[in-house]
Amino acid sequence: MNMREKIEAAAARYPDQRSAIMPALLIAQREHGHLPGPVLEEVADILGVERIWVYELATFYTLFHTEPVGMFHLQLCDNVSCMLCRSEDLLRHLEAVLGIKNGGTTPDGLFTLSTVECLGACEMAPVMQVGDDYHGDLDITRIDALLDRLRAAAEQVTGADLAAAALAGE
Amino acid sequence: MFEPILLRNVDVPDGHLLSTYEAGGGYQALAKALREHTPDEIIDLVKKSNLRGRGGAGFPTGAKWSFVPKRAGKPKYLCCNADEGEPGTFKDRIIMERDPHQLIEGMAISAYAIGAETAYVYIRGEYTLAICRLERAIAEAHAKGYLGTRILGSDFSFVVYIHCGAGAYICGEETAMLDSLEGKRAQPRLKPPFPAVEGLYASPTVINNVETLACVPHIVARGPDWFRSIGPDKSPGPKLYCLSGQVRKPGLYELPMGIPLRELVEDCAGGPLPGRKLKAVIPGGVSAPLIPERGMDVGMDFDSLAAAGSMLGSAGVIVIDDSTCIVKVATRIIEFFHHESCGKCTPCREGLNWVVKVMRRVEAGQGAPGDLEQLEALCKGIFGNTFCALGDGAAMGLRAALAHFEHEFVAHIEERRCPFH
Repeated sequence: MNMREKIEAAAARYPDQRSAIMPALLIAQREHGHLPGPVLEEVADILGVERIWVYELATFYTLFHTEPVGMFHLQLCDNVSCMLCRSEDLLRHLEAVLGIKNGGTTPDGLFTLSTVECLGACEMAPVMQVGDDYHGDLDITRIDALLDRLRAAAEQVTGADLAAAALAGE
Repeated sequence: MFEPILLRNVDVPDGHLLSTYEAGGGYQALAKALREHTPDEIIDLVKKSNLRGRGGAGFPTGAKWSFVPKRAGKPKYLCCNADEGEPGTFKDRIIMERDPHQLIEGMAISAYAIGAETAYVYIRGEYTLAICRLERAIAEAHAKGYLGTRILGSDFSFVVYIHCGAGAYICGEETAMLDSLEGKRAQPRLKPPFPAVEGLYASPTVINNVETLACVPHIVARGPDWFRSIGPDKSPGPKLYCLSGQVRKPGLYELPMGIPLRELVEDCAGGPLPGRKLKAVIPGGVSAPLIPERGMDVGMDFDSLAAAGSMLGSAGVIVIDDSTCIVKVATRIIEFFHHESCGKCTPCREGLNWVVKVMRRVEAGQGAPGDLEQLEALCKGIFGNTFCALGDGAAMGLRAALAHFEHEFVAHIEERRCPFH
């Protein structure tokens, strides 16, 4: 299914098209990596809803990115349970090895680093979400191994895909 | 020895599949409900069981269902609150990942009781594995006739849809969740009207937590007397406790309601880390006021914790040891509430902004004399003056930290540094 078909299928679950804006934005973000203005307008047009309704959701909810993010978005929880398990040390380490600050993206477009509120996986604190996956019981050794795996995964991607991803991430 | 009820499938290989669930007697409670009981009888069973909502507020579930008008002239909705944003809480995620059919069966019985034909499960967007497993389980249940049209030969029809959240703690507040489901920014509504009368799309709507709904098949299968025989009579049943923080064995534990907090932390979760002493525990997610070590004999149920000045909340039990600065913990909690304030009402939006500034300077050793009085004045301005409980939770938590650990706040101001650094 293309993006329009996916959005229309999601919209069929609701009696009111406005309810479908959130699922539509999630679909669009998977497709485009982030949600620039023209994508928001396309979503509004597919659903036949006011553009302002789409803009306001895209900027209210934190999982929607109106700005580009790296190929791998490292989302480190620093809420209480993770903080008690020394998530701060991991943040400092990630900032040092990636050479970016919290909120920043590496120049090669591979990594964006963000601290996030509780991920709901406190039994494996400290925890970090990367894409769809949770990584728990982290320490500096495991973080380094994870970064190596992610870099290797990126190299698997063909040159053309990488260029496209970096472009989407700029 | 307490036998797990809600978690009985979570460690079973392929516990998330329909075949596993059926092999353990799954969907027989739904069949029994449809065959032997009218919807009103189901509501009565749940009322008699004294089941209280596991999302945090502890409202009696049967009473909530009975507020739905019988003849509304509009469709009725069931919403499952699976937003689980309360820091320290992960129980609903584990049910959905490892035993999603238990939730689906609970939803089907609950929908039959209230006369709903459609349910939305509002799951936080980060929970991709839970979303995936629940989606698959819904499809499996549909294919087997546990969902869909004329379920198990009855005249009850019911469908379940997943609605993914997108990162907003406020969506756990039930009326904000309804606004979010309607495609708006999630902001709480003024009540009344209550959702049971005017909820989703202005139709009668019941919103129940995942764990609450997961209890329902067991009540139908084994009866309300059995349910009430577990834990305190006024807040009975099995309960999921989420243990995290500075404790040897963090994890999800199922035990009766009312178990002493100390037993939970020291016996089940193995107590503090080697060489450390317990200092305080947050018993129900960060909205619940912390309890100092000396208060840990309190029972983990709605009434005992309320009497002790805290609350069961989501039963997210966060353990804090003596190496940790309470001012730092309290500051982090306030930063959380400040970040998650939806911005609708002034006391929460502006008040928490102010509280964060004062807390950060106190923690950094730059607090001024009078800052503690300032914090109390700000709490007073927020508490009870907002649409929803977010601001109340922030104020209550801070007040408890100030009441039990005032000496740590004072030390930060007098020594002009954090004594733990």
